[in-house]
Formats: sequence, structure tokens, C-alpha cells
Amino acid sequence: MRKAALKLAGWGRTTYAACEAARPERFGEAVAGFAADAGQNGICLYGAGRSYGDCALNSGGTALITTRLDRILGFDAQTGIVQVEPGVDFRRLMEVFLPRGWLAPVTPGTGFATVGGAVAHDVHGKNHELDGSFGQHVTAFDLLLPDGARRTVVPADGDLFAATVGGAGLTGFITRIEFRMKRVPGGAVRVREHRAANLAAFLSAMRDAAGASYAVGWIDAAARGAALGRGILETAEPIEGVFAQPPERARRVPFEFPAFALNRFSVALFNEGYFRRVPPDGRTRVVPWRTFLYPLDALHDWNRIYGRRGFVQFQCVVPFETGARALRDLLEVISASHQASFLAVLKRMGAGRAGFLSFPMPGFTLALDFPRCAGLEALYARLSAITLDAGGRVYLAKDALLDAASFRRMYPEFPHFAAVRQAVDPERHIQSDMARRLRLQDAP
Amino acid sequence: MSGGQTWLILGASSAIARALAREAAARGADIILAGRDDDDLRRTAADIGVAYGVHARTETFAALDHAGHRALAASLADIPGILNIALLFGIMPEQAAMDADPSLAAACLDANATGAISILHHIAPLLEARRAGMVVGFGSVAGDRGRLKNYVYGASKAALHTYLAGLRNRLGRSGVHVMTVKPGFVDTAMTFGLPGMFLVAQPRDVARVCLNAAAKKRDVIYVPWFWWGIMSVIRGIPERLFKRLSI
Repeated sequence: MRKAALKLAGWGRTTYAACEAARPERFGEAVAGFAADAGQNGICLYGAGRSYGDCALNSGGTALITTRLDRILGFDAQTGIVQVEPGVDFRRLMEVFLPRGWLAPVTPGTGFATVGGAVAHDVHGKNHELDGSFGQHVTAFDLLLPDGARRTVVPADGDLFAATVGGAGLTGFITRIEFRMKRVPGGAVRVREHRAANLAAFLSAMRDAAGASYAVGWIDAAARGAALGRGILETAEPIEGVFAQPPERARRVPFEFPAFALNRFSVALFNEGYFRRVPPDGRTRVVPWRTFLYPLDALHDWNRIYGRRGFVQFQCVVPFETGARALRDLLEVISASHQASFLAVLKRMGAGRAGFLSFPMPGFTLALDFPRCAGLEALYARLSAITLDAGGRVYLAKDALLDAASFRRMYPEFPHFAAVRQAVDPERHIQSDMARRLRLQDAP
Repeated sequence: MSGGQTWLILGASSAIARALAREAAARGADIILAGRDDDDLRRTAADIGVAYGVHARTETFAALDHAGHRALAASLADIPGILNIALLFGIMPEQAAMDADPSLAAACLDANATGAISILHHIAPLLEARRAGMVVGFGSVAGDRGRLKNYVYGASKAALHTYLAGLRNRLGRSGVHVMTVKPGFVDTAMTFGLPGMFLVAQPRDVARVCLNAAAKKRDVIYVPWFWWGIMSVIRGIPERLFKRLSI
């Protein structure tokens, strides 16, 4: 298996890593490639490259790309339990199983993400309050440890399971994942869109919609004053009907947009139009699952819209108790900065989480993009500080700029994670730029 | 699938082979995955079985094991319906490595040319007797001209092209179609991380194009199609000039 000197990027294209990369196509090659001596900077696992920051990057080290380990290994139509290699992505799961009435129980907002990555970040979807995180649906996984031992890990195994789910790939190479799919009655959802005129109205609409199967809010992060926090809440319920998805008419962003294409005026104009697209008293539409779950997947390489400078995504969760105040503070800082990009996402989360470093907590989660610009680090630090003061945390799958001290305070279960890591990888065979930046390498 | 089609994929571990197997299965064919890495092929067979609901199994096949070719060909006799063959195996050692170690050059010819001709020559009488089916053989644009950077591999593929042309003539008389595929740059283990790659095709797209072209009984195709133009230009360069070029 050949290694190539490559520059890998996070999805935000502000973080890059020059590394030796290998992309095994056979399972045996992958196992051998993981076990081989990787030198001082170790090895990291890289999936579809859909994490925004540096969690799957390993500057000066080795990267093992898992996308060609893409086989579905088994499916039980009675229980809905599926077994897959780590490089299987959510698009394929939908393509294969939706026609039979099965859907991934939890999915991130892009179908290009791999299942291995979904475990490594214990991802959540638009149904978190009801259905929890991805890791909660995992019934077992195979883990190749840095010392070459192979373990099949189940939730009852406790610490090794909880350190690996959400563990950013740092406890071993997840070589097989077994999880439970969920039954759906048809190929579409009925989406109800409501306008919310400001933050208070938004939060109250979200509270009223807490029983919805799926709920996601699009917020106008450029709105200010009386309109601060205005947006559109989408709730969705699965409906019966044909399973077939309409043919994919994907477009590709053909080149990097020039920096001036995205400015406060174009963003404000876009957001205004997006907001007004929904009539004041709302509307209801029937939308195929793929369009509902993966709205941006029809636009390949959409990250090029931010041009060569790239962008950073900030996603935080703040507890319900302190959340309304924290969201107001966050949105005021963001709108005053004039740096916010297009629509931001606001959702409610439940308590569901399966790992020590899992992101979710009961509360509100806010996610938005910032094109890279002068002062971005300071802005990000302010947003992180508001999050931390409210008792919240930022999402490692998105992060590129958090500092190690804040990370420790946001993730109080880190010592449990570190103890497992110390036990399974004392030599630090697995590393990443994020692990070095946030000192995930440290002993407990 | 009784009375349907079965595709035998020779060299089934590669990315294009996996994609071709999936695409054929998606169109309803049963699949036999033949190659050396049986553990890996079983994973692909499982995938195909789950995803497409067709029958998929593995067979041991090694290009250099000529004796095994006879046994494999014999085992195909009782397959019901239409039997199609896709030949995808091959190795591409770096030219510099073969220059330094001529035994590698011989190994490249052994696998890509001798091995391919051996297995197809064992299967040919069977296909003639069945009077149906097709053979899709994967050559390479590298076989169109002996280039400084890749001429041993190119020679192995040129041999395969010539063989397939003859086989096309022979089997056509029995209603069996033979198609030669000349891929340009495809995103596989063979090309991963290589410098100088451009307009790289995805294996899944190559597989679709190949099966569509085979259904239309095309004789020789380039994938992606624009390689026909590129290779026409390269073939048109006079040898007097070409011998000085390093393309």
C-alpha cells in the first residue's frame, strides 16, 4: 500500500496538514497500515473529510484514509441491525436501506460523512431530543488497538466504549460498526415551517415543538435590535408513501468564490430573502428524506463559496437554564461583528450522549460559519467564553480554535477519557493536530 | 438469479472491480468475485448480497497460477443463464523500479499479459459453447504508445489489447461480445497520491460507463471518453519526434 505526501484539509479549509497519507482498499492492508510504525507524530484516521477543523488532521505524521473501507457487512431485517466498515457513508445507507423502509437512526447534516466518523464524534441530528446521539444506537464495534489487539466492544464494556464513542478516533481504529437502523413509513417527511420574529418567539416555538420527530431552526445571525434571533423553525414528521427518492440533481461549486462575494450586504440580502420565502403564517410541504436531512448535499464542494480563505464553524450548546440569556449574548456579539455568514442553525438538544467527550447536553445548540478574517480568533474566543460561562461547550467535530484550558472546563469527563487512552495507547501511536492543540494527549 | 446474468470479476479487489461488481449487481446480475485476497472479497460479497439482494460468492484466482485457471474455467460450466467476464487484474510497478530490477518487469508482463491471456484462453471455449455473454477486458491508455515513463506496463497492456482484438474476432462468430476498456486516470490505489494526475474519474462512474457501453456492444472504449482525443494526439506524434519526448 503506497503512502503519498498529501496536504489534507478540514472541511472549513482553514486547517491543513502536510502528512503521509495512505488509502487502503483492502481490509488487510488497512490493518497492516495502522499497525506500522508511524514515527514521532503518529497516525490519525481520516474519513470523508467532513469535520470542519483539525480533529482528523495530523501534520508531520501519517493519515489513514478510511473511505475505501466501504462495505456493508450484514443486515438483519428483523432487528434492523446493520454491520458496516467504517468508510460506509450515510448516503449509501439511505440508498440501500430507505427503499426497504429503514433509515439511519441519527444522521449528521451531510450524507457524505462516514459511519466511522459518526462514532468518533458521537454525532447528533435534527432528532436529538427524541432519539439521542448516534452512539446510543451502536450495539457493538470492533476496535483495533495501537498494540495490535482486536477487541469487540459493546456498551456494557463501559469505559472503552465511552472513551471511543465521541473520542475523536484516539483510542484505536474502529474497523466495524454495528448499529440499529430505524423503521420509517415512507420516503418523505411533512415539513411545517414557521416564522419566528425574534429570539423569544423562536425559543417559545421550539418549546412548543419539542415533541416533533425532527426539528431544526434556521436563524438570521445578521439580524439586530428587535429582530435579533429571528428565523424559521422547521418541524417534520415521517409520512407514508413511496420510498423512492427523486433523482439527485447535484450541482458543483466550480471554483473558489472571490472574497468579496460574501459580505455583510450579500449575507443580509440572502437572509432577508430566505426569511421572507416562508409566509408570515407558515407553510407545510412534503419533502423527500434526502432533501430534508441533507439540504446542502445537492451542492457539491459548497465550502468553496467561502473562497480561498476558508471558514470556521462555531457550534456550541448551552443548557436550557442559562440558554436564553447566553443565546442573546452570543447573537449580539455575532451581529455586531458583521462577520456572520448565511443562515445559522439553532436546535434543541436532549440529554442523549454515549461518550465521555460527546458534545450533547440538554439545551440549545447554535452553529454558524465565519469566513476567515482578521480578528476571528478573538471573536471565537469571546463566543467560547460566553458558552463556557453559561455552562455549555463547543463541538470538537467543528472546532479549530478552542484553547486547551477551556476544553478541560467544557468537558469535565476528560479524565475518564484520558485514563482509557493512557491504558490503550501509552506510546501515543494515534495523534492528531486537535489532540496536540487541546492536549487530549495528556495523561489524566 | 436463474436465467439471468452472472458476472465473473477477475481481480475483484481493486476499486474499479468493486464498483463494477456493485453496478452489475444493481442491474440484477449475480456476482462471482475472483482474486487472491479471499477475506477481503468475502466482505465485498457480503456488501453486494445485502445491498442488491443478488447472489454473490468468491473464487480463488491468481494470475500467475496457470494450473488454477483450468479449474476455475471448468467450475463455470454449470452456471445457469448468461455468463459475462470482466478482467480487471493487473500490477503497475514504477518504471524506475523495473529499470532497477528487471525481474519486476517480467512479473508485470506475467500478470498483466500472460496471466490475462491464460485465463481468457481457458474460458473462451466455454463461452463459444454457450453462444452468449460478453467479455470486458481492462487495458489502459498506457498501452497505446510506449512512453518513457511507463513503457513496460504499457507493453503489457498493448499485448492485452491485441489479444482482446483477436478474441473479439473469434468469439464474435459465436455471439459473444468482447469489449476493450482503456481507462485514463481513475481514482484507485494505483493512482492514489501520484503527481501529475488530472481529470481523475471515480470508479463508480467508470463502472457505469463500461456496463452501458458493453450493453451497446461497443468494441473499444476510452473512459472518461476524452482520453480518446488525448491518445489520438499522442498516437499521431511521429516516432522521430516522440522518441525525444518525456511525456
